Amino acid sequence: MLPTPSTSHVAFDRIYEPAEDSFLLLDTLSSPPEKAFLHERFNPPNTTDGNSSPSPLVVEIGTGSGVVLSFVHAHAEIIFGREDILTAGVDVNRYACEATSQTIIIAEQEQKREGKSHGLYLGNIVGDLTSPLREGMVDVLIFNPPYVPTPDLPALPQGEVKEGLPSFEDDSKFLELSYAGGADGMETTSRLLDALPAILSERGCAYLLLCAQNRPELVKDKMRGLGGQWKAETVGSSGKKGGWEKLQIIRIWREP
Amino acid sequence: MKLLTLNFLSCAVKACKSSSASFPLHPKDCELESAEIAPNPKLLFNILPRIDWDALVVTASELGFTSLKATPPTNEELEGDEKMMTDLHTLLLETQIMEGSLVCANCGHEYKVKEGIANFLLPNHLV
Repeated sequence: MLPTPSTSHVAFDRIYEPAEDSFLLLDTLSSPPEKAFLHERFNPPNTTDGNSSPSPLVVEIGTGSGVVLSFVHAHAEIIFGREDILTAGVDVNRYACEATSQTIIIAEQEQKREGKSHGLYLGNIVGDLTSPLREGMVDVLIFNPPYVPTPDLPALPQGEVKEGLPSFEDDSKFLELSYAGGADGMETTSRLLDALPAILSERGCAYLLLCAQNRPELVKDKMRGLGGQWKAETVGSSGKKGGWEKLQIIRIWREP
Repeated sequence: MKLLTLNFLSCAVKACKSSSASFPLHPKDCELESAEIAPNPKLLFNILPRIDWDALVVTASELGFTSLKATPPTNEELEGDEKMMTDLHTLLLETQIMEGSLVCANCGHEYKVKEGIANFLLPNHLV
């Protein structure tokens, strides 16, 4: 087991606290089959000039505390078979962006202390899903969405950021944005899936967390329906004994 | 945020995505900082092939780095030129934008950067 990044500095009254879903992502991304997939995909046999393939860009949408992005960032060499990955995060919550930067710094220091490598962190951006990103750039997209079915979808924060500490109402709104997924818990995830074909690079892949009520089989069918080269498979799951929040991770990618 | 990030961002306004003027965004009144990173030629070699060099030249010159050539160096050129290696290391891996704005040349919207974090959430009339 690879160590989980420390998030003890994070204010969980306004930022999603790492939970079963976060840990399922960590376990899945560092599982032997996913390591094998990522190693193969991002370390093709040396081309004629002997150079490695370009550094992969890993982007997490909705970083929250930053536990997942920091994990991938710190353990890049083990997960991807190369340390020269670029990492970046997007979150609608500015405090989550700040927390993620901090979590990354702490994870880097921990790696350095042990004489180990880490990726190059580009930064975090406050934004709505993939809207700040240029098309065709992302090699690995990770998304732990607001997946809980709710009667309404909370409104996104608006342009300007307020000065000073957020009020209790602001905090509640940020937490609500981190879990409330609207109808079938799929309203936000559907928007991301629609953007995915344009956002991913040719060699790109996405890891998406879903709960049973999101109807993962339908999601996979929808992505496969994009065309013959599109694949979607369940690559991790938890809570098999039942209960409404049975979770799984699906991987979406294109076969060349 | 690293200056390099600008190579992967474009205007968040939907109508701008198809316009070539929405990339790269143009830094305005930016404060820069340098975060020291140990020399890492391999990282530099593997980042270069995925960079839009023309966009980087624009971004760099707007921020006062005018030493970039019009075409990207080959690995051989880079290995044989210590100064270019150091310059690119500083520019791509170490330079961070801490404060200022990023401006879309298509719609004119300014994305504010505060304490190293850019805000790409749009006001209602642009969503």
